[in-house]
Amino acid sequence: MIERRPFLGMFSHFILILGVSLVAFPIYVAFVAATQTAEQSALAPMSLIPGDQLWINLQAVLGSGTSGNVASSPVGRMMWVSLVSALMIAVGKISISMLSAFALVYFRFPGRTLFFWMIFVTLMLPVEVRISPTYKVVSDLSMLNSYAGLTVPLIASATATFLFRQFFLTVPDELAEAARIDGAGPLRFFKDILWPLSRTNVIALFVIMFIYGWNQYLWPLLVSTEQNMYPIGVGIKRMIAGGDAAVEWNMVMATLLLAMLPPGLVVVIMQKWFVKGLVDSEK
Amino acid sequence: MEKRARFRSAWLPYLLLLPQLLVTVLFFFWPAVQALYQSVLLQDAFGMSTQFVWFDNFKMLFADETYLAAFKTTALFSSLVAVLGLSLSLLLAVFTDRVVRGSSIYKTMLIWPYAVSPVVVGVLWMFLLNPTLGIIAHGLRHFGIEWNNLLNGRHAMILIVLAAIWKQISYNFLFFLAGLQSIPRSLIEAAAIDGAGPWRRFFTIVFPLLTPTTFFLLVVNIVYAFFDTFAIVEATTQGGPGKDTEILVFKVFNDGFKGGDLGSAAAQSVILMTIVIVLTVLQFKYIEKKVQY
Repeated sequence: MIERRPFLGMFSHFILILGVSLVAFPIYVAFVAATQTAEQSALAPMSLIPGDQLWINLQAVLGSGTSGNVASSPVGRMMWVSLVSALMIAVGKISISMLSAFALVYFRFPGRTLFFWMIFVTLMLPVEVRISPTYKVVSDLSMLNSYAGLTVPLIASATATFLFRQFFLTVPDELAEAARIDGAGPLRFFKDILWPLSRTNVIALFVIMFIYGWNQYLWPLLVSTEQNMYPIGVGIKRMIAGGDAAVEWNMVMATLLLAMLPPGLVVVIMQKWFVKGLVDSEK
Repeated sequence: MEKRARFRSAWLPYLLLLPQLLVTVLFFFWPAVQALYQSVLLQDAFGMSTQFVWFDNFKMLFADETYLAAFKTTALFSSLVAVLGLSLSLLLAVFTDRVVRGSSIYKTMLIWPYAVSPVVVGVLWMFLLNPTLGIIAHGLRHFGIEWNNLLNGRHAMILIVLAAIWKQISYNFLFFLAGLQSIPRSLIEAAAIDGAGPWRRFFTIVFPLLTPTTFFLLVVNIVYAFFDTFAIVEATTQGGPGKDTEILVFKVFNDGFKGGDLGSAAAQSVILMTIVIVLTVLQFKYIEKKVQY
């Protein structure tokens, strides 16, 4: 603080509390709706005092996942699909980009610049703009409704490759020289020196990529045509597809809380790495 | 920057690059080339025959009023999301940077919407603003506003803008806060000693020094509004009522997957790719400037 201005200090807190409440309000409403019975949550306006149905609703959606007339697979299953794909995307992205960054930084070989640019331009092609031809490739490879189809097309990531490249470039040359003098080959150097040094970056990137993977929507919407391969985002959308009369909002909101929980926990618990990952991956 | 110390191997680097290149070629280059190729073809409704038509698909697009309308909708939507979202996040970041007590609590409370997926955000706001049940819609009725995003195009637009901003606040906030904290305290203290109040200091020192961050976030937010908001639109308005909230990405999906007009959808994809490339180049140009600063 530069100077004492009690009034401005109070005003700052006032604005921040207002901002935080505005951000938290939608989630609070979702929480309250998830604690009510179907009749209570269908009242207009619904009460803003939490009811006592939270566990009942959560258990109901985890086991059955129906909302009104729209049947879908149990939310437990959808969360499992989301979890597996999020983990596969995060681990896949980190492994392939670390290996390729290692090759680009520590070796000189014909075609290096070409490969670098090939990876670089993928930054410019988000999945949304090449959606239908990519879909065709995946269906030709008969990867629809499989974890491979849900994840592999999303794991090529120029961002992660650049992050690791940037980081490897800051690792002192002396380490590689010393390793070579001691007779370590490239793989040994990677495993015993580079990997331990990169651990913070790996964790930071993992947090970001896990959230990215968990929150996928458009891609699974196309690739998962069978109910038992719906991730949670697609499942929630299906639950509200029945129109006003058919939707049990308390169940939908209970599902919504479950959908937010894993990535929310990751952000709050791993806040330090999350911030680092976010800032680094945009450099 | 290059490494002095290198390893030597004729085959290892290729092996290391192989997984990434394989995925990239298979799921990036091949589809992108196909999109380019398809954008100059005309396919009949049954997919039986195709005809090479040069740039007719593009010409048709730019003569198509619904496409131009989608362009306008996207422009309106992304500028609203970028300008309102950035202002709000900057405000919160400035005050969080200012307070001494509780700043980490505020920070935690403001960053977690990042974890909520766009489709969940869409469903959430649709519940809040549902014309018959929504609690906010009900509140608005007390002020004499008959909220109905199913019938009123302007209301539908407000709905997707609110949802998109809410989702993006945490991201903008974090970058603004990082930018604010990297401004040297001595500059601000010197200005304070010279008698400049907080207001004056913000506009003559802090905001100009934040320009790189602001510009970077502007680009990121436009890209976000163009592409990542697909799930929000799909979950809430589906482009309706009519075509009042049909943004470009949604139209590609609608025309290509639901309408089956592959040539037009491919041409639209190519236009979108061009937009992304321009924005990415802009972003990179600017980032080089940020490094100096």
